[in-house]
Amino acid sequence: MTRSTVVMLALAAGMFAMAPFVIDAAPNEATMGLVYKIYFFHMPSAWMFLTAAVVAGVASFRLLFLKRPRAEHWVTAAAELAVLFGAFTLVTGPLWARKAWGVWWVWDARLTSSLMLFMIFVAYTLLKKYGGPGSDKLGAGLALFGMANVPFVYWSVNVWRTLHPKTSVIPSLEPGMRGPFWFCFLAFMLLFTLVLILRTDLEKRRSELDALYLAEEG
Amino acid sequence: MTAFFRIVWIVVKKDITVEVRSFELLSTTVFFAITVVLMFSFSLVVEGRPVQEVAPAILWIAIAFSGTLALGRTFERERQNDTLRALLLAPADRPAIYVGKLVGILLLLMLVEIVLVPLVGLFFNAPIFAEPVRLAITLAAGSLGFCAVGTLFAAMLVRARSRDVLLPIMLYPMTVPVMIAGVRGTAALLQPTPDLAIAQFWLGLLGAFDVVFVILALWTFDPVMTD
Repeated sequence: MTRSTVVMLALAAGMFAMAPFVIDAAPNEATMGLVYKIYFFHMPSAWMFLTAAVVAGVASFRLLFLKRPRAEHWVTAAAELAVLFGAFTLVTGPLWARKAWGVWWVWDARLTSSLMLFMIFVAYTLLKKYGGPGSDKLGAGLALFGMANVPFVYWSVNVWRTLHPKTSVIPSLEPGMRGPFWFCFLAFMLLFTLVLILRTDLEKRRSELDALYLAEEG
Repeated sequence: MTAFFRIVWIVVKKDITVEVRSFELLSTTVFFAITVVLMFSFSLVVEGRPVQEVAPAILWIAIAFSGTLALGRTFERERQNDTLRALLLAPADRPAIYVGKLVGILLLLMLVEIVLVPLVGLFFNAPIFAEPVRLAITLAAGSLGFCAVGTLFAAMLVRARSRDVLLPIMLYPMTVPVMIAGVRGTAALLQPTPDLAIAQFWLGLLGAFDVVFVILALWTFDPVMTD
Protein backbone atom coordinates (compact mmCIF):
# COMPACT_ATOMS: atom_id res chain seq x y z
CA MET A 1 0.00 0.00 0.00
CA THR A 2 1.29 3.42 -0.90
CA ARG A 3 0.96 6.45 1.34
CA SER A 4 -1.98 7.83 -0.66
CA THR A 5 -3.98 4.61 -0.25
CA VAL A 6 -3.33 4.64 3.51
CA VAL A 7 -4.64 8.20 3.69
CA MET A 8 -7.68 7.23 1.61
CA LEU A 9 -8.30 4.22 3.83
CA ALA A 10 -8.20 6.35 6.98
CA LEU A 11 -10.48 8.93 5.40
CA ALA A 12 -12.97 6.35 4.14
CA ALA A 13 -13.02 4.58 7.52
CA GLY A 14 -13.60 7.89 9.27
CA MET A 15 -16.41 8.87 6.92
CA PHE A 16 -18.17 5.52 7.23
CA ALA A 17 -17.88 5.75 11.04
CA MET A 18 -19.45 9.22 10.88
CA ALA A 19 -22.11 8.34 8.31
CA PRO A 20 -24.71 6.97 10.79
CA PHE A 21 -24.59 10.24 12.78
CA VAL A 22 -24.84 12.38 9.66
CA ILE A 23 -27.77 10.33 8.40
CA ASP A 24 -29.41 10.47 11.83
CA ALA A 25 -29.18 14.25 11.78
CA ALA A 26 -30.96 14.52 8.41
CA PRO A 27 -34.63 15.49 8.61
CA ASN A 28 -37.32 12.82 8.22
CA GLU A 29 -39.23 12.71 4.98
CA ALA A 30 -42.86 13.87 5.09
CA THR A 31 -44.64 10.69 3.96
CA MET A 32 -42.14 7.91 4.62
CA GLY A 33 -40.50 9.25 7.78
CA LEU A 34 -37.41 7.36 8.83
CA VAL A 35 -37.64 4.65 6.17
CA TYR A 36 -36.35 6.79 3.32
CA LYS A 37 -32.95 7.08 4.99
CA ILE A 38 -31.77 3.81 3.47
CA TYR A 39 -31.60 5.93 0.34
CA PHE A 40 -28.35 7.42 1.64
CA PHE A 41 -26.72 4.02 1.20
CA HIS A 42 -28.84 2.67 -1.64
CA MET A 43 -28.26 5.49 -4.09
CA PRO A 44 -24.45 5.71 -3.69
CA SER A 45 -24.22 1.90 -3.96
CA ALA A 46 -26.25 1.96 -7.15
CA TRP A 47 -24.03 4.70 -8.57
CA MET A 48 -20.86 2.83 -7.70
CA PHE A 49 -22.42 -0.31 -9.20
CA LEU A 50 -22.90 1.50 -12.52
CA THR A 51 -19.47 3.16 -12.28
CA ALA A 52 -17.87 -0.26 -11.76
CA ALA A 53 -19.71 -1.57 -14.82
CA VAL A 54 -18.48 1.37 -16.90
CA VAL A 55 -14.88 0.98 -15.63
CA ALA A 56 -15.01 -2.73 -16.47
CA GLY A 57 -16.36 -1.93 -19.92
CA VAL A 58 -13.77 0.75 -20.69
CA ALA A 59 -10.94 -1.50 -19.45
CA SER A 60 -12.31 -4.34 -21.62
CA PHE A 61 -12.30 -2.04 -24.59
CA ARG A 62 -8.66 -1.18 -23.92
CA LEU A 63 -7.77 -4.85 -23.54
CA LEU A 64 -9.56 -6.05 -26.67
CA PHE A 65 -9.14 -3.23 -29.13
CA LEU A 66 -6.05 -1.34 -27.99
CA LYS A 67 -4.22 -4.54 -26.97
CA ARG A 68 -3.25 -3.33 -23.49
CA PRO A 69 -2.77 -6.55 -21.55
CA ARG A 70 -2.59 -4.72 -18.21
CA ALA A 71 -6.15 -3.48 -18.64
CA GLU A 72 -7.17 -7.01 -17.72
CA HIS A 73 -6.37 -6.32 -14.05
CA TRP A 74 -8.74 -3.37 -14.12
CA VAL A 75 -11.50 -5.48 -15.68
CA THR A 76 -11.17 -8.11 -12.95
CA ALA A 77 -11.14 -5.56 -10.13
CA ALA A 78 -14.02 -3.50 -11.52
CA ALA A 79 -16.15 -6.57 -12.27
CA GLU A 80 -15.75 -7.83 -8.71
CA LEU A 81 -16.69 -4.38 -7.40
CA ALA A 82 -19.75 -4.43 -9.65
CA VAL A 83 -20.80 -7.67 -7.97
CA LEU A 84 -20.15 -6.18 -4.51
CA PHE A 85 -21.97 -2.88 -5.00
CA GLY A 86 -24.63 -4.61 -7.07
CA ALA A 87 -25.31 -6.83 -4.08
CA PHE A 88 -25.53 -3.74 -1.79
CA THR A 89 -27.97 -2.14 -4.20
CA LEU A 90 -30.11 -5.23 -4.60
CA VAL A 91 -30.29 -5.79 -0.82
CA THR A 92 -31.00 -2.19 0.25
CA GLY A 93 -33.52 -1.64 -2.57
CA PRO A 94 -36.02 -4.33 -1.52
CA LEU A 95 -35.66 -3.31 2.15
CA TRP A 96 -36.95 0.12 1.19
CA ALA A 97 -39.48 -1.20 -1.31
CA ARG A 98 -41.10 -3.41 1.35
CA LYS A 99 -42.00 -0.30 3.36
CA ALA A 100 -42.63 2.12 0.49
CA TRP A 101 -44.48 -0.12 -1.99
CA GLY A 102 -45.53 -2.95 0.35
CA VAL A 103 -43.67 -5.58 -1.67
CA TRP A 104 -40.05 -6.75 -1.71
CA TRP A 105 -39.71 -6.87 -5.44
CA VAL A 106 -41.55 -5.73 -8.55
CA TRP A 107 -40.63 -6.60 -12.12
CA ASP A 108 -40.15 -2.99 -12.98
CA ALA A 109 -37.79 -2.04 -15.79
CA ARG A 110 -35.06 -0.53 -13.65
CA LEU A 111 -35.08 -3.30 -11.06
CA THR A 112 -35.04 -5.94 -13.76
CA SER A 113 -32.21 -4.36 -15.69
CA SER A 114 -30.12 -3.81 -12.53
CA LEU A 115 -30.59 -7.48 -11.68
CA MET A 116 -29.57 -8.38 -15.24
CA LEU A 117 -26.41 -6.31 -15.00
CA PHE A 118 -25.62 -7.88 -11.64
CA MET A 119 -26.11 -11.36 -13.14
CA ILE A 120 -23.75 -10.51 -16.00
CA PHE A 121 -20.97 -9.61 -13.59
CA VAL A 122 -21.64 -12.68 -11.46
CA ALA A 123 -21.32 -14.66 -14.70
CA TYR A 124 -18.02 -12.85 -15.28
CA THR A 125 -16.61 -13.92 -11.91
CA LEU A 126 -17.77 -17.50 -12.52
CA LEU A 127 -16.15 -17.42 -15.94
CA LYS A 128 -12.87 -16.14 -14.50
CA LYS A 129 -12.89 -18.75 -11.78
CA TYR A 130 -13.92 -21.83 -13.76
CA GLY A 131 -13.27 -20.89 -17.39
CA GLY A 132 -9.65 -22.02 -17.36
CA PRO A 133 -6.91 -20.52 -19.50
CA GLY A 134 -7.86 -17.81 -21.95
CA SER A 135 -10.90 -16.73 -19.97
CA ASP A 136 -9.57 -13.18 -19.51
CA LYS A 137 -10.44 -12.23 -23.08
CA LEU A 138 -13.79 -13.96 -22.89
CA GLY A 139 -14.45 -12.07 -19.69
CA ALA A 140 -13.53 -8.79 -21.36
CA GLY A 141 -16.00 -9.56 -24.16
CA LEU A 142 -18.66 -10.27 -21.58
CA ALA A 143 -17.87 -7.09 -19.62
CA LEU A 144 -18.08 -5.06 -22.83
CA PHE A 145 -21.56 -6.41 -23.45
CA GLY A 146 -22.28 -5.67 -19.79
CA MET A 147 -21.37 -2.03 -20.28
CA ALA A 148 -23.64 -1.86 -23.31
CA ASN A 149 -26.39 -2.73 -20.85
CA VAL A 150 -25.71 0.26 -18.56
CA PRO A 151 -27.51 2.87 -20.72
CA PHE A 152 -30.51 0.55 -20.85
CA VAL A 153 -30.43 0.39 -17.05
CA TYR A 154 -30.15 4.12 -16.63
CA TRP A 155 -32.73 5.22 -19.18
CA SER A 156 -35.19 2.38 -18.80
CA VAL A 157 -36.90 4.12 -15.89
CA ASN A 158 -37.40 7.26 -17.93
CA VAL A 159 -38.70 5.42 -20.99
CA TRP A 160 -40.96 2.82 -19.41
CA ARG A 161 -43.57 3.77 -16.84
CA THR A 162 -42.48 2.42 -13.46
CA LEU A 163 -42.76 2.63 -9.70
CA HIS A 164 -39.10 3.42 -9.14
CA PRO A 165 -38.30 7.06 -8.27
CA LYS A 166 -36.95 8.92 -11.25
CA THR A 167 -33.33 9.90 -11.63
CA SER A 168 -34.30 13.55 -11.23
CA VAL A 169 -34.86 12.96 -7.50
CA ILE A 170 -31.46 14.40 -6.46
CA PRO A 171 -32.08 18.09 -7.35
CA SER A 172 -35.48 17.86 -5.64
CA LEU A 173 -33.96 16.86 -2.31
CA GLU A 174 -34.52 19.20 0.61
CA PRO A 175 -31.44 21.20 1.62
CA GLY A 176 -31.18 19.27 4.93
CA MET A 177 -31.12 15.98 3.03
CA ARG A 178 -28.70 17.09 0.37
CA GLY A 179 -25.71 17.40 2.74
CA PRO A 180 -25.93 13.85 4.15
CA PHE A 181 -26.56 12.50 0.65
CA TRP A 182 -23.39 13.99 -0.81
CA PHE A 183 -21.47 12.98 2.33
CA CYS A 184 -22.48 9.34 1.85
CA PHE A 185 -21.88 9.59 -1.86
CA LEU A 186 -18.34 10.81 -1.26
CA ALA A 187 -17.71 8.07 1.31
CA PHE A 188 -18.83 5.38 -1.16
CA MET A 189 -16.83 6.95 -3.93
CA LEU A 190 -13.72 6.92 -1.75
CA LEU A 191 -14.29 3.30 -0.75
CA PHE A 192 -14.85 2.34 -4.38
CA THR A 193 -11.69 4.05 -5.64
CA LEU A 194 -9.63 2.61 -2.82
CA VAL A 195 -10.76 -0.98 -3.31
CA LEU A 196 -10.45 -0.64 -7.09
CA ILE A 197 -6.83 0.50 -6.81
CA LEU A 198 -5.90 -2.16 -4.27
CA ARG A 199 -7.63 -4.97 -6.12
CA THR A 200 -6.05 -3.96 -9.44
CA ASP A 201 -2.65 -3.89 -7.80
CA LEU A 202 -3.23 -7.32 -6.27
CA GLU A 203 -4.30 -8.69 -9.64
CA LYS A 204 -1.19 -7.21 -11.25
CA ARG A 205 1.06 -8.87 -8.67
CA ARG A 206 -0.77 -12.17 -9.11
CA SER A 207 -0.21 -12.13 -12.88
CA GLU A 208 3.46 -11.17 -12.37
CA LEU A 209 3.83 -14.11 -10.03
CA ASP A 210 2.19 -16.41 -12.58
CA ALA A 211 4.60 -15.15 -15.24
CA LEU A 212 7.53 -15.89 -12.90
CA TYR A 213 6.27 -19.43 -12.26
CA LEU A 214 5.88 -20.00 -15.99
CA ALA A 215 9.40 -18.70 -16.65
CA GLU A 216 10.73 -21.02 -13.94
CA GLU A 217 8.97 -24.08 -15.40
CA GLY A 218 9.66 -23.28 -19.04
CA MET B 1 -18.28 -6.65 -50.06
CA THR B 2 -18.89 -9.52 -52.48
CA ALA B 3 -15.84 -11.28 -51.03
CA PHE B 4 -17.39 -10.92 -47.59
CA PHE B 5 -20.65 -12.55 -48.64
CA ARG B 6 -18.79 -15.24 -50.57
CA ILE B 7 -17.01 -16.27 -47.36
CA VAL B 8 -20.29 -16.14 -45.45
CA TRP B 9 -21.84 -18.42 -48.05
CA ILE B 10 -18.88 -20.83 -47.97
CA VAL B 11 -19.12 -21.14 -44.17
CA VAL B 12 -22.89 -21.60 -44.32
CA LYS B 13 -22.57 -24.18 -47.11
CA LYS B 14 -19.97 -26.08 -45.09
CA ASP B 15 -22.27 -26.21 -42.05
CA ILE B 16 -25.25 -27.27 -44.17
CA THR B 17 -23.22 -30.02 -45.88
CA VAL B 18 -22.00 -31.38 -42.55
CA GLU B 19 -25.54 -31.29 -41.17
CA VAL B 20 -27.20 -32.86 -44.22
CA ARG B 21 -24.81 -35.81 -44.01
CA SER B 22 -25.61 -36.59 -40.38
CA PHE B 23 -28.84 -34.78 -39.42
CA GLU B 24 -27.45 -35.00 -35.91
CA LEU B 25 -28.07 -31.41 -34.79
CA LEU B 26 -31.44 -30.93 -36.42
CA SER B 27 -32.96 -34.21 -35.26
CA THR B 28 -31.70 -33.96 -31.68
CA THR B 29 -32.56 -30.26 -31.29
CA VAL B 30 -36.08 -30.66 -32.72
CA PHE B 31 -36.73 -33.63 -30.46
CA PHE B 32 -35.33 -31.72 -27.46
CA ALA B 33 -37.62 -28.77 -28.23
CA ILE B 34 -40.63 -31.10 -28.42
CA THR B 35 -39.66 -32.61 -25.06
CA VAL B 36 -39.42 -29.14 -23.47
CA VAL B 37 -42.91 -28.22 -24.70
CA LEU B 38 -44.24 -31.56 -23.43
CA MET B 39 -42.66 -30.99 -20.01
CA PHE B 40 -44.38 -27.62 -19.83
CA SER B 41 -47.72 -28.99 -20.95
CA PHE B 42 -47.58 -31.67 -18.27
CA SER B 43 -46.63 -29.22 -15.55
CA LEU B 44 -48.96 -26.37 -16.57
CA VAL B 45 -52.16 -28.25 -17.35
CA VAL B 46 -54.63 -27.65 -14.52
CA GLU B 47 -57.79 -29.79 -14.29
CA GLY B 48 -57.22 -31.27 -17.71
CA ARG B 49 -57.03 -27.87 -19.44
CA PRO B 50 -54.04 -25.74 -20.36
CA VAL B 51 -53.52 -22.55 -18.36
CA GLN B 52 -54.47 -19.53 -20.45
CA GLU B 53 -51.92 -17.17 -21.99
CA VAL B 54 -48.82 -19.23 -21.30
CA ALA B 55 -48.25 -20.16 -24.95
CA PRO B 56 -45.84 -17.28 -25.82
CA ALA B 57 -43.76 -17.86 -22.69
CA ILE B 58 -43.42 -21.58 -23.36
CA LEU B 59 -42.62 -20.97 -27.00
CA TRP B 60 -39.79 -18.58 -26.16
CA ILE B 61 -38.39 -20.69 -23.34
CA ALA B 62 -38.32 -23.67 -25.70
CA ILE B 63 -36.54 -21.52 -28.30
CA ALA B 64 -33.98 -20.32 -25.74
CA PHE B 65 -33.32 -23.83 -24.41
CA SER B 66 -33.00 -25.51 -27.79
CA GLY B 67 -31.01 -22.54 -29.11
CA THR B 68 -28.50 -22.94 -26.28
CA LEU B 69 -28.26 -26.65 -26.96
CA ALA B 70 -27.78 -26.10 -30.70
CA LEU B 71 -25.10 -23.44 -30.08
CA GLY B 72 -23.21 -25.71 -27.73
CA ARG B 73 -23.40 -28.69 -30.11
CA THR B 74 -22.42 -26.68 -33.18
CA PHE B 75 -19.23 -25.43 -31.60
CA GLU B 76 -18.53 -28.78 -29.93
CA ARG B 77 -18.43 -30.18 -33.45
CA GLU B 78 -15.96 -27.46 -34.45
CA ARG B 79 -13.85 -28.22 -31.40
CA GLN B 80 -13.49 -31.97 -31.81
CA ASN B 81 -10.99 -31.84 -34.66
CA ASP B 82 -9.95 -28.28 -33.90
CA THR B 83 -11.68 -27.19 -37.09
CA LEU B 84 -12.55 -23.81 -35.61
CA ARG B 85 -8.85 -23.04 -35.48
CA ALA B 86 -8.56 -24.07 -39.12
CA LEU B 87 -11.51 -21.83 -39.95
CA LEU B 88 -9.90 -18.90 -38.14
CA LEU B 89 -6.56 -19.54 -39.86
CA ALA B 90 -8.20 -19.35 -43.28
CA PRO B 91 -7.36 -16.13 -45.17
CA ALA B 92 -10.83 -14.75 -44.58
CA ASP B 93 -12.36 -11.85 -42.70
CA ARG B 94 -13.15 -12.88 -39.12
CA PRO B 95 -16.50 -11.04 -39.15
CA ALA B 96 -17.46 -13.01 -42.28
CA ILE B 97 -16.75 -16.27 -40.45
CA TYR B 98 -18.87 -15.05 -37.55
CA VAL B 99 -21.76 -14.15 -39.86
CA GLY B 100 -21.45 -17.54 -41.56
CA LYS B 101 -21.74 -19.40 -38.26
CA LEU B 102 -24.57 -17.08 -37.19
CA VAL B 103 -26.57 -17.73 -40.37
CA GLY B 104 -26.07 -21.50 -39.97
CA ILE B 105 -27.35 -21.52 -36.39
CA LEU B 106 -30.19 -19.14 -37.27
CA LEU B 107 -31.34 -21.47 -40.10
CA LEU B 108 -31.25 -24.42 -37.70
CA LEU B 109 -33.24 -22.56 -35.05
CA MET B 110 -35.82 -21.43 -37.61
CA LEU B 111 -36.34 -25.04 -38.70
CA VAL B 112 -36.85 -25.94 -35.05
CA GLU B 113 -39.37 -23.10 -34.70
CA ILE B 114 -41.35 -24.40 -37.69
CA VAL B 115 -42.01 -27.53 -35.63
CA LEU B 116 -42.28 -25.72 -32.31
CA VAL B 117 -44.91 -23.09 -33.18
CA PRO B 118 -47.65 -25.46 -34.42
CA LEU B 119 -46.95 -27.72 -31.45
CA VAL B 120 -47.44 -24.91 -28.94
CA GLY B 121 -50.53 -23.76 -30.87
CA LEU B 122 -51.94 -27.27 -30.66
CA PHE B 123 -51.25 -27.92 -26.97
CA PHE B 124 -52.16 -24.48 -25.64
CA ASN B 125 -54.96 -23.49 -28.03
CA ALA B 126 -53.04 -20.49 -29.39
CA PRO B 127 -54.33 -18.88 -32.62
CA ILE B 128 -51.02 -19.09 -34.48
CA PHE B 129 -52.61 -18.42 -37.87
CA ALA B 130 -54.27 -15.14 -36.86
CA GLU B 131 -51.22 -13.05 -37.86
CA PRO B 132 -48.80 -15.55 -39.42
CA VAL B 133 -46.52 -13.04 -41.16
CA ARG B 134 -46.06 -10.80 -38.13
CA LEU B 135 -45.54 -13.83 -35.91
CA ALA B 136 -42.83 -15.11 -38.25
CA ILE B 137 -41.11 -11.70 -38.32
CA THR B 138 -41.22 -11.42 -34.51
CA LEU B 139 -39.78 -14.93 -34.15
CA ALA B 140 -37.07 -14.21 -36.71
CA ALA B 141 -36.08 -10.92 -35.05
CA GLY B 142 -35.99 -12.52 -31.60
CA SER B 143 -34.00 -15.51 -32.83
CA LEU B 144 -31.52 -13.21 -34.55
CA GLY B 145 -30.89 -11.27 -31.32
CA PHE B 146 -30.52 -14.48 -29.35
CA CYS B 147 -28.22 -16.16 -31.89
CA ALA B 148 -26.10 -13.02 -32.48
CA VAL B 149 -25.01 -13.00 -28.83
CA GLY B 150 -25.09 -16.79 -28.56
CA THR B 151 -22.81 -17.40 -31.55
CA LEU B 152 -20.22 -14.98 -30.20
CA PHE B 153 -20.28 -16.43 -26.69
CA ALA B 154 -20.29 -20.05 -27.85
CA ALA B 155 -17.33 -19.34 -30.15
CA MET B 156 -15.49 -17.61 -27.31
CA LEU B 157 -16.13 -20.54 -24.98
CA VAL B 158 -14.86 -23.22 -27.36
CA ARG B 159 -11.59 -23.61 -25.51
CA ALA B 160 -12.86 -22.77 -22.04
CA ARG B 161 -13.46 -25.27 -19.28
CA SER B 162 -17.05 -25.84 -17.99
CA ARG B 163 -18.34 -24.30 -21.24
CA ASP B 164 -21.61 -26.26 -21.10
CA VAL B 165 -22.77 -24.41 -18.01
CA LEU B 166 -20.99 -21.12 -18.72
CA LEU B 167 -22.82 -20.58 -22.02
CA PRO B 168 -26.33 -20.27 -20.53
CA ILE B 169 -24.95 -18.38 -17.51
CA MET B 170 -23.52 -15.73 -19.82
CA LEU B 171 -26.17 -15.84 -22.51
CA TYR B 172 -29.43 -15.68 -20.56
CA PRO B 173 -28.87 -12.44 -18.59
CA MET B 174 -27.63 -10.76 -21.76
CA THR B 175 -30.65 -11.76 -23.81
CA VAL B 176 -33.32 -10.95 -21.24
CA PRO B 177 -34.37 -7.89 -23.30
CA VAL B 178 -34.85 -10.15 -26.33
CA MET B 179 -36.91 -12.58 -24.25
CA ILE B 180 -39.11 -9.83 -22.81
CA ALA B 181 -39.73 -8.19 -26.17
CA GLY B 182 -40.23 -11.56 -27.88
CA VAL B 183 -42.73 -12.86 -25.33
CA ARG B 184 -44.67 -9.56 -25.11
CA GLY B 185 -44.76 -9.18 -28.89
CA THR B 186 -45.87 -12.78 -29.43
CA ALA B 187 -48.47 -12.46 -26.68
CA ALA B 188 -49.94 -9.39 -28.39
CA LEU B 189 -50.23 -11.39 -31.63
CA LEU B 190 -51.73 -14.49 -30.00
CA GLN B 191 -54.51 -12.64 -28.16
CA PRO B 192 -58.10 -13.44 -29.21
CA THR B 193 -58.02 -10.06 -30.99
CA PRO B 194 -54.39 -9.33 -31.96
CA ASP B 195 -53.09 -5.96 -30.74
CA LEU B 196 -51.02 -4.87 -33.72
CA ALA B 197 -49.81 -1.56 -32.26
CA ILE B 198 -48.25 -3.26 -29.22
CA ALA B 199 -46.80 -6.05 -31.35
CA GLN B 200 -45.28 -3.41 -33.60
CA PHE B 201 -43.72 -1.60 -30.63
CA TRP B 202 -42.04 -4.74 -29.30
CA LEU B 203 -40.90 -5.70 -32.79
CA GLY B 204 -39.26 -2.29 -33.10
CA LEU B 205 -37.49 -2.86 -29.81
CA LEU B 206 -36.34 -6.30 -30.98
CA GLY B 207 -35.01 -4.67 -34.14
CA ALA B 208 -33.04 -2.12 -32.08
CA PHE B 209 -31.57 -4.87 -29.88
CA ASP B 210 -30.67 -6.89 -32.99
CA VAL B 211 -28.80 -3.96 -34.51
CA VAL B 212 -26.88 -3.26 -31.26
CA PHE B 213 -26.06 -6.90 -30.56
CA VAL B 214 -25.02 -7.78 -34.12
CA ILE B 215 -22.78 -4.73 -34.48
CA LEU B 216 -21.20 -5.30 -31.07
CA ALA B 217 -20.64 -8.99 -31.83
CA LEU B 218 -19.13 -8.29 -35.27
CA TRP B 219 -16.86 -5.82 -33.61
CA THR B 220 -15.68 -8.04 -30.73
CA PHE B 221 -15.42 -11.34 -32.61
CA ASP B 222 -12.02 -10.61 -34.14
CA PRO B 223 -10.09 -9.45 -31.01
CA VAL B 224 -11.73 -12.09 -28.80
CA MET B 225 -10.90 -14.98 -31.13
CA THR B 226 -7.27 -13.91 -31.59
CA ASP B 227 -4.84 -15.95 -29.52
